[in-house]
Amino acid sequence: MLREIFLLLLLGGLIFCAIATAVSKRLMKMIIIYMAYSLIMSVIWLLLESPDLGITEAAVGAGVTGVLFYLALRRIHQVDKDAADQDVSSDKNERGE
Amino acid sequence: MKKTFWQKLSAWHKGDYDFTLKTTDHVDPQIIHEYTGKEHTIQALSRKERAFSGALYNVLCVLFCLILIGVLLGAVVSLPPHGNAENPAVNEVMDRYVEEGMQETGAVNTVAGMILDYRAFDTLGESFVLFTAVCAVTILMKNTKRTAPDGTPLPMVVAPGIVDYSKDNIVKTVSRFLIPFIFVFGVYVLLNGHLSPGGGFSGGAILGSALILFSMVYGEDRAAAIFSERLIKTVVLVSLSFYAIAKSYSFFTGANHLHSIISQGIPGRILSAGLILPLNVAVGFVVCCTMYSFYMYFRRGRIQ
Amino acid sequence: MLTSFEDLWTHVADNYIVIVSIILFGIGFTMLLFSRNLLKKVVGLNIMDTGVYLLLVSMGYIDGRHAPIIANGITDAANYINPIPSGLVLTGIVVSVSVTAIMLSLIVRLYEKYHSLNLDEIYELRNKEENT
Repeated sequence: MLREIFLLLLLGGLIFCAIATAVSKRLMKMIIIYMAYSLIMSVIWLLLESPDLGITEAAVGAGVTGVLFYLALRRIHQVDKDAADQDVSSDKNERGE
Repeated sequence: MKKTFWQKLSAWHKGDYDFTLKTTDHVDPQIIHEYTGKEHTIQALSRKERAFSGALYNVLCVLFCLILIGVLLGAVVSLPPHGNAENPAVNEVMDRYVEEGMQETGAVNTVAGMILDYRAFDTLGESFVLFTAVCAVTILMKNTKRTAPDGTPLPMVVAPGIVDYSKDNIVKTVSRFLIPFIFVFGVYVLLNGHLSPGGGFSGGAILGSALILFSMVYGEDRAAAIFSERLIKTVVLVSLSFYAIAKSYSFFTGANHLHSIISQGIPGRILSAGLILPLNVAVGFVVCCTMYSFYMYFRRGRIQ
Repeated sequence: MLTSFEDLWTHVADNYIVIVSIILFGIGFTMLLFSRNLLKKVVGLNIMDTGVYLLLVSMGYIDGRHAPIIANGITDAANYINPIPSGLVLTGIVVSVSVTAIMLSLIVRLYEKYHSLNLDEIYELRNKEENT
């Protein structure tokens, strides 16, 4: 019984996160909500007795996919900055380590 | 020639009209003639019609999705109840995998025994899907627009408003302690794939995440010095060829000889389950290198 | 077939995971069709993916049984859930990441050319480019 209640709560959170990604205006917010969605999903895999899927989803869905989305967004901002800085010499763009 | 919206719609249906033209510019009729061999002129939509067609598209697609969800929910009525042992999905294939899987493959984890022994060719194809994805990302992302007009390469700069983690002391200190643990956990999951949950895919993804964290915090240059492009290429190719050779020997020994030539060992020990452990390691290396290459190509357009 | 309201309620209570997975599929599909933003379309496709995986795995689950890892030498199939959907979904999750990576790299290239994530604007710019 407890398992069913927990599962129903998680499924509700899943639908909530999916709708939140659909309606969120800012892309960064959308990506972070999607990562939360993947983490909820990995707990659901555990409750459905598939621990292999839980580990894979937590590492791949929440980790690598989120990082890829973040990097794509960052590349897009980068392109904008390059277009704005086209006249500035490339010395200014060097990153101090 | 002025047309009403519905006339344009019917013309679009016949292929003489382009709805995607959003401006009111007229297309050169000569170009249309060269492309289609027809004498029609394509006219663009006015602003009002454009707004109307956009609204029509939105209404239609929401309607379509609602109808689809309704049909699918209606199909739930004819599905068997969830979690019942008499469901048609629970058949003799499952019984065979669970009851004789441990004797035949030597793997305690039935899922690992299934995807790396009974259905090993499926996993081989999957590894090649990952390899193809890396190739496609390499082609698309390699040093795009990263050169100045005179040909000298531009360095990647940090976009405004995005934190550079290599300068953050808290992130640096925490990940110094965290990265070894993530690595050890990844290796544990990878090597225990046939004994406990995990295996090549999850272990490889965890190792890849550790590499990504390392290069995010300590800078790509330090990461690229350790994991060079050459090393990653070699590891992926050796893993894929090992997998292909290890599983294609049955082509030469006859199709019936599908069980492993290596002894199964005692189920439950780490050196058991025949070929499953090396195949897990090969898949893990492929997944790890794939994730890391995705990160590096997205981050700076090259690995080195 | 449905005969009464109670019958409908039994079906809903029996198959709530399937219903949730269908709703997730619908949300993802609506995002894919409705949104004009390319990144949102990719997220919608990922949500569709997970809806399908949830449906598949819920088909393999059996009440009161354990994960298919042989424990204490019990090899009776009546103790374990169906391992086949888990194996299928395991490959699917990793493939969905590679599909996402390819789509994201295509989006980055499109953005570098047209400086827009909106599909309508990209169409318009492409048409202008072709007509000049």
